[in-house]
Amino acid sequence: MVRKLLDGNGAAAEAMRLARVQVIAAYPITPQSPIAEKLSQFVADGTLKAKYLRVESEHSAMSCLIGAQLTGVRTGTATSSVGLALMHEVLGVASGLRLPIVMPVVNRSLVSPWSLWCDHQDTMAERDSGWIQLYAADAQEVLDLTLLAYRVAEDPRVLTPIMVCMDGFFVSHTSQPVEVPDQEAVDRFLPPYRPQNLYLDVDDPMFVNDLTPPADFTEMRYQQKVGFEAALEVLPEVMDEFARHFGRRYDLVETYRCEDAEAVLVTLGSMSGTGKYVVDQLRAQGQKVGLLRVVSFRPFPADRVRAALSRVPVVGVMDRSAGLGAEVGPVCTEVRAALSAEGRQVPVVGFVGGLGGRDLAPKTLAAAFSRLLEIRAGAPAPRTSQWIDVRADALQLREVPAGVRH
Amino acid sequence: MYAIKHQARGLVSHGVSTCQGCALELAVRVILDVLGERTIIVIPPGCAALFSGFGNETALRIPGVQGNLENSAAIAAGIRAGLEVQGKDDITVLALAGDGGTVDIGLQSLSGAMERGDRILYICYDNEAYMNTGIQGSGSTPYGARTTTTPAGKPTFRKNVLEIAVAHRIPYVASASIAYLEDFRRKIARARDAGGTAYIHLHSPCPTGWGYDPSQTIRVAELAVQTLCWPLYEVVEGKTRITVKVNKPRPVAEYLQTQSRFRSMTPEEIDQVQRTVEAEYQRLLERAEA
Repeated sequence: MVRKLLDGNGAAAEAMRLARVQVIAAYPITPQSPIAEKLSQFVADGTLKAKYLRVESEHSAMSCLIGAQLTGVRTGTATSSVGLALMHEVLGVASGLRLPIVMPVVNRSLVSPWSLWCDHQDTMAERDSGWIQLYAADAQEVLDLTLLAYRVAEDPRVLTPIMVCMDGFFVSHTSQPVEVPDQEAVDRFLPPYRPQNLYLDVDDPMFVNDLTPPADFTEMRYQQKVGFEAALEVLPEVMDEFARHFGRRYDLVETYRCEDAEAVLVTLGSMSGTGKYVVDQLRAQGQKVGLLRVVSFRPFPADRVRAALSRVPVVGVMDRSAGLGAEVGPVCTEVRAALSAEGRQVPVVGFVGGLGGRDLAPKTLAAAFSRLLEIRAGAPAPRTSQWIDVRADALQLREVPAGVRH
Repeated sequence: MYAIKHQARGLVSHGVSTCQGCALELAVRVILDVLGERTIIVIPPGCAALFSGFGNETALRIPGVQGNLENSAAIAAGIRAGLEVQGKDDITVLALAGDGGTVDIGLQSLSGAMERGDRILYICYDNEAYMNTGIQGSGSTPYGARTTTTPAGKPTFRKNVLEIAVAHRIPYVASASIAYLEDFRRKIARARDAGGTAYIHLHSPCPTGWGYDPSQTIRVAELAVQTLCWPLYEVVEGKTRITVKVNKPRPVAEYLQTQSRFRSMTPEEIDQVQRTVEAEYQRLLERAEA
């Protein structure tokens, strides 16, 4: 084990090298580009024995991985934002073919308007693509979740690809000391890849992904559903094993000072660290608040969320994507559904903030907690999403004055 | 289920569901006869997907995957990369896509693979429109042809993807015709052994979409070559060679008249086609002699 100064992108590339990916196909996009560069450097300097395909698009990157993984090798790529959106069509092919591809995704907002910076709309738009989604909060988690993701994805009970999501710039470009395990230790944890289901082999021919009639399609999808259900069991198993191998412990959700909390904020990704800081500050002032971080958004660990929030009188959810057209953002929708399944009438307030790179600073999260505590004290709970950091002049921004255009 | 009374002799089953007179069916049998069973095939949705199969049946005895319409070359490149890192060097990776999946929506991934030099064999069977979805016009639909999306005849000429392939400096590029099977077979073998990206563009007449009697497929294909509408040549390491010389070309009208899709063309439009194919053939001759 060595400690290296790495940012999230560097940690992702290290994890893929340690996982001994054999075919890489990548296309650069801000803020993911350093991953594509580092992987090509590893291949060039011989520290990673792999074939690097310098593809002309993210669509081709994922298509190359599908072809390569079908021949029986572990593959790697990474992307972000519109790159992920361009992949959309083939994400479903990878998951439908049960190819256990692991892909770091650097979260960045989707156009329009153009933004290079963090929010979660890119991965939220893919939440039904049949991929598991894990959200890392810092660079160490990027490395660890990526490594354990291979074990989960390749588990014969799961056979489902995994996105390891990290917040653009906040995680991807923030350096920290990261414990990088030795190759031998990783080899003991992660055996070489063996295809378990579909493969292309001239000595054992099969045709993969042909037209499937309505008589079978439902059953093929059902197999994927069962894979996701299994992932809820396999993820904690593998996380336990990871802790035994490497000493760092992960879970589907992380609770922070929730035990006696009067209000809990549900978070995802790098905002969680800020959230814990705010919880500590408010606790020091005598406010009973806590935080619940969702690590696995897909599969959504509804039981674990219910258990963690079972005695909490007011819940808030901070969505880092707009969830346009829905009452609340996508994470809040899940939390509401999880809690309502128990018949509890607990208010679940949906906040939207931190879009397009706006910092979810302590004051923003403190404002959210403050709203929750007001509701605890009797204020009415809003049904629709509360845009916690929107400016007062939002509707005047870039307004075209009347009469300019005839 | 039916009992199989006659095993197919080749790698393609009997009784595939292509249209009567389909040139593609003959092409697939010929291609796999030349390449043999150590071949992995990539097929996008389209007419060739009839060979992928349906449900738990397939028409092929080789491994294959049906990709998306635009990524045949990328999937094939990935398969090659996977085989390469495992040291499996004796396998041909074949992408077999139609004109829509090649010259239109698949052009980007094909260009990427050609530029990188991935060792794949890409064969485009060109039936000059989106036939499987019901005869919609493509970038390879010829000037004047009626399709369901060019009901008044296509107002522009087709794009020349053979020359786009040549511009990528790949080791082997060839046009082919279903009417010249020995020429086609030789080209498949050469392309397989080219050592890099190889591209063959096969003229593949379609009785359903072109409007001619299914018994006339080979004659229509032959007329395309003999009227200079579809010259047969290959470009090996940048050197052009005409593989079927047409010393006394027949007028293009003879070819156009065989198909109802050209029925609404005026004599002036036919003249324009005549002048265009002659000029293009002349340029090809000059390049071949240079």
